[in-house]
Amino acid sequence: MSSEVISSGHSACAGCGEIMGERMVLEAIGKDVIVCQATGCMEVTTTPYPKTTFKVPWVHVTFENAASVASGVVEADRKLGGDATVLAIGGDGGMMDIGFRALSGALERGHDILVVITDNEAYMNTGIQRSSGTPKYASTTTTPAGKVIPGKLQWKKNIARIAVAHGAPYVATASVGFPQDLAAKVKKAKSIRGPKLIHLFTPCPVGWGFDSSKTVYYAKKAVETGLWPLYEVEHGKLKIDQKPSFAPVEEYFKGQKRYKHLTPELIAEIEKHVKDRWAELEKQEAAGINLQLLP
Amino acid sequence: MVGGIIKDVGNISSNKTGSWRTFRPVVDKNKCIGCGTCKMFCPDVAIEIVDGKAIIDYDHCKGCLICKSVCPVGAISSEEEAK
Repeated sequence: MSSEVISSGHSACAGCGEIMGERMVLEAIGKDVIVCQATGCMEVTTTPYPKTTFKVPWVHVTFENAASVASGVVEADRKLGGDATVLAIGGDGGMMDIGFRALSGALERGHDILVVITDNEAYMNTGIQRSSGTPKYASTTTTPAGKVIPGKLQWKKNIARIAVAHGAPYVATASVGFPQDLAAKVKKAKSIRGPKLIHLFTPCPVGWGFDSSKTVYYAKKAVETGLWPLYEVEHGKLKIDQKPSFAPVEEYFKGQKRYKHLTPELIAEIEKHVKDRWAELEKQEAAGINLQLLP
Repeated sequence: MVGGIIKDVGNISSNKTGSWRTFRPVVDKNKCIGCGTCKMFCPDVAIEIVDGKAIIDYDHCKGCLICKSVCPVGAISSEEEAK
């Protein structure tokens, strides 16, 4: 069986949130798309040459340069009179770390591209190494929780805010647990000229250590606890899309092996961070200030 | 030569990933309301809604059981695969 955009038979792990997210994004865009895919799980599992899961134009590029390739593709397409949605897509490693320079350059030059970050919060393809997308206190193979450290010591990089600071006209966060919200954001992004970025939360059963049937559960729980706010920033104006119930963050951590070492003190610190972040988001929304920095 | 070009799009469907499965989702057609929630979340594109009922493609379903966990009416159960 297959959808309009991808076919079954790919080798993404059972319960993969990333391929789920990539399909949702492509289905929302439709057939008139050119995909520039950074290296990562979504390259190695979908396209072992000479086979591919994709049914839309798709080019594999390196970890470093998905946004650069998309920049060139969109300029060529427009010169030829095309109007395709040019999608630069990659994981947290491909967009927030290794491909960050290319992403920053593309946003600054203002190409008419859509960037989607399928964030599974570590380098899952190479063996669960930490990235700048890994949340604080998550255990990874390079930040193993134990006697020396309680997992990663830094907060997660706020890539959406960094994109806003570049002057991108549309920046949004989304989660695969809320497909209608994601599809609406993709469609809105399509309607806006210039660089757009969607930071998409895509749980990973293998890397986070939970049962493969729970991907959607955690994708929703992260939003309900306030850990993953759903908001969009259109021309510098912030709008919160869903006010969470603020369920205790423990509900989200429970059942994930990467968090099994968390103590009440560490949980309290994260809980406070969530509250502080939400206070800031609500303040920004209420003030209606333009978040885009003047160059 | 500009690199590897694959013209036969979606040809990876010849990989029968159903062999990965340890648990098999089973749809109770009497309970299924054909809402398509399972199809929307299936990472393996292994569910179709035919005549208002979910049909699972066991050639490709890897048995993650997301369908079972998201079904709003509890129409999907699971069985261990025979060895």
